[in-house]
Amino acid sequence: MNFGVENLACRRGEVTVLTGVTFEVAAGEALILRAPNGAGKTTLLRCLAGLTPPVSGVLNFSIEDVAYAAHADGLKAQLSVEENLQFWADIFGTHNITPAVETFDLESLLTRRAQDLSAGQKRRLSLSRLMLTRRSIWALDEPTVSLDTENVARFAAAITAHLAQGGSAILATHIDLGLPSARTLDLSPYRAILQDTPSDDPFLDEAFL
Amino acid sequence: MIALLRRDLRLAIRAGGGFGLGLAFFLILVVLVPFGVGPNSDILSRIAPGILWVGALLSCLLSLDRIFQLDYEDGTLDLLATAPLPLEAAATLKALSHWLTTGLPLTIAAPFLGVLLSMPSGATLWLVASLAIGTPALSMLGTFGAALTVGLKRGGLLVSLLVLPLYMPTLIFGAEAVRRGAEGLPATTALLLLAAITAGCAALLPFASAAALRMNLR
Repeated sequence: MNFGVENLACRRGEVTVLTGVTFEVAAGEALILRAPNGAGKTTLLRCLAGLTPPVSGVLNFSIEDVAYAAHADGLKAQLSVEENLQFWADIFGTHNITPAVETFDLESLLTRRAQDLSAGQKRRLSLSRLMLTRRSIWALDEPTVSLDTENVARFAAAITAHLAQGGSAILATHIDLGLPSARTLDLSPYRAILQDTPSDDPFLDEAFL
Repeated sequence: MIALLRRDLRLAIRAGGGFGLGLAFFLILVVLVPFGVGPNSDILSRIAPGILWVGALLSCLLSLDRIFQLDYEDGTLDLLATAPLPLEAAATLKALSHWLTTGLPLTIAAPFLGVLLSMPSGATLWLVASLAIGTPALSMLGTFGAALTVGLKRGGLLVSLLVLPLYMPTLIFGAEAVRRGAEGLPATTALLLLAAITAGCAALLPFASAAALRMNLR
């Protein structure tokens, strides 16, 4: 599905981090965000997912179509892999966890508790949640962290399949996934220039909020 | 929607869940009071309604900061906020599961603990009724407090400070209903006012909690 933003400004806390972001992603295409740490990749993705309302600008899609995968895995340690997946499948109204299990090869882990998984296995479980959302825009924040090469390939195959079905994706990642139709967007030009000097009031300091 | 409730209840009874925490605290408090006050059953039966209600309120308070904090820390809350389930519904279900794991067990245990405080037997019915009607309001107010402080580290103290004043009317009318019941006076008015508080909380607070969550997830 096509999606894009026009002249978007996003903020993190009370600080405007990005301004004037404009891009358009066609169906079947993936947009890869490149920028140094702290440039606002996560901020942009959270804005697209509807967690932070934009300061200004237009989102020309419905946030109901966005499946967001954050830095944190969002797993419940005391629940088994199957219970974790079933919960999200029920929340998204899809009820069937088979596609997620098959794509990310979780069959042998189904009865294991999430707290007993390795970091890479947790990541796989967390990414497999995307398959349950049936949403057409995937917004992924550093999806390949702690995945080994085999599972990076598995994840790339999942994205490729998603794009082939007319979906689209926006990813913040540092490694090359070898996606067939990927464009790169450098966020550095959109960095907001901080006009006001940082306040001395400790109660307005982000560290205390 | 039922999936969130089922998951929360399952988490509460698994290892590390909060189920039983409030109940154990309630039990300890009520068992200790006769030792502190002395075995004079006249005094005990006079203070029993108040002690039972204060105990129920404090044990509700004990588990409030878990309502959203754990989901916030592991990233589930962000994902829930982007899910099709409206946050208003999520807040209602969180309050319901908090009540099912604290308020309901307290209501069931209270008549037995009333015996320990030599509460008059005529008041037992009023005690159960007032707790059954009043504790849902405690859970809903607590959910609102938890939603307000969700992003804060060690927000537990702040939740208690925010929520305690809001708990006062529930405590006053709840304990009053039991006291009047114990003395054989008509207690329906206090019980009706208690029901009004709960109904008001149920109608308004899910929206307030969801708005607070949205602010804190920014």
